[in-house]
Amino acid sequence: MSDAPVFRVDHVSFGYNGRTVLKDISFDVQQGEFVGVIGPNGSGKSTLIKLLVGLIKPKTGSIEVFGRSLADFKDWQRIGYVSQRATHFDIGFPATVWEVVSLGRVSRVGLLRQPRKLDRDAIAKALEDTGMSDMQTRLIGNLSGGQQQRVFIARALAQKPEVLVLDEPTIGVDPEAHQSFFDLMRDLHDRKNLTIVLISHEVDVVLTEVTKLLCINQDLIFAGTPRQCLTDNCLVHLYGEGYHVAAHSHPWNHK
Amino acid sequence: MVIGLVAPMIGMFLVLRRFAIFADALGHAALMGVALGVLLGISPVLAALVVCMGVAFVVERLRAHRRLPSEATLALFLSGSLAIAIVIISLTQGFSVNIMGYLFGSITTVQSSDLWVIVGLGVIAILVIVGLFKELFYISFDEESARVSGLPIRYINLILVGLAALTVALAMRIVGILLVGALMVIPVLSAFQIARSFTGALKLAVAFSLVSVLTGLVSSYYLDVAAGGAIVVVALFFFLISLAFKRS
Repeated sequence: MSDAPVFRVDHVSFGYNGRTVLKDISFDVQQGEFVGVIGPNGSGKSTLIKLLVGLIKPKTGSIEVFGRSLADFKDWQRIGYVSQRATHFDIGFPATVWEVVSLGRVSRVGLLRQPRKLDRDAIAKALEDTGMSDMQTRLIGNLSGGQQQRVFIARALAQKPEVLVLDEPTIGVDPEAHQSFFDLMRDLHDRKNLTIVLISHEVDVVLTEVTKLLCINQDLIFAGTPRQCLTDNCLVHLYGEGYHVAAHSHPWNHK
Repeated sequence: MVIGLVAPMIGMFLVLRRFAIFADALGHAALMGVALGVLLGISPVLAALVVCMGVAFVVERLRAHRRLPSEATLALFLSGSLAIAIVIISLTQGFSVNIMGYLFGSITTVQSSDLWVIVGLGVIAILVIVGLFKELFYISFDEESARVSGLPIRYINLILVGLAALTVALAMRIVGILLVGALMVIPVLSAFQIARSFTGALKLAVAFSLVSVLTGLVSSYYLDVAAGGAIVVVALFFFLISLAFKRS
């Protein structure tokens, strides 16, 4: 594995219809980091994620993925992506959990080829990692929002990525399942050494879970550890003067 | 029977994309092609195929670039193609029996040489769908994630719409332009009511389609009714039955 950062964003700007969405953003994501991206609605978070995974191209500046420019990077199987729209499917559509997760192997299997045992093993492992093994024959439309989200994460994991990129993964998920989701992310980060980049509106949870925080509001307001963010009062700069933070450290995890 | 196999296989992915009316739009484009063929004195089936392919690719490009909402794009081509076809037909001095045969199907006019072309192209279509099945499933289910994973989205989408156009052109002599879309969609909708997996839905859709085609053709012979109408009526019957057995 090379030492190149997973993502290097260098003076990137993006806009459309004359409107600036992101302005001169620069940051790195190193391998093994757990990055949370926060910001108010319309701040450009989802746009940033789409730039990272190559869905859109920056107007100015450059992005490198594993040391290669977006135009030259071809190894997209290394990036597992869970879009914000992943759960926007017709719930009446008959697809089993196994069939949806198996889609994560499509790019690994290759065109005109059939899945082999190692592909089926990867699917089974992804289901096991997300606690969805018992649900593999269930129809995805019959699952709860939290379970569906785990299925889409399993689909991304089945690809055996080195990076997970998630765009607001807890939208539509019951609040009770949010902590369970972040427990899963922490487990994947710690156990599999996955690099994770996720957008979330749950600032309180993100601050305690991630190793690096990016605060976006067209500009990059802050990039650093959650502790630095609290020290620098960056959340007030991000969300406005009315935003108050009450924080205390936990003796058992020193966060 | 080849049409009975191919139509629902294509229809699965159109319905999954919420693009079910695409088949009807292609049917109307095929009518425009037939009318052009009659006007220019060339094979109506070949003209229909060329026009269908052209419309299919244009619709796909407009959809991919989001220049128009998908439904609006289809409505544009559906009504626009029909309007152009009517103008051309009136220029060729009114409706003729030939046109009616394409509108409602006329299996008795299909010659043995046509059959070999239909079977040959149908087999090619089936092989392509089977070969690209998992890619078509992924793109139809979640195009954005499929794109990020590195799949050649643009080319696979063009292959799918091209196959849809081919299916419409092949099927219009048997089912008729006005009902070819129904054969691509109704068996799929029936399957969706009772299937417990995507592959299960595909098998059921094909089964419903094959039985509809066979029963419809036999019925049309003995009852002396249009084959296309009889086929779709049987397909509708299966849909009603599937609603009764809809999975909870």
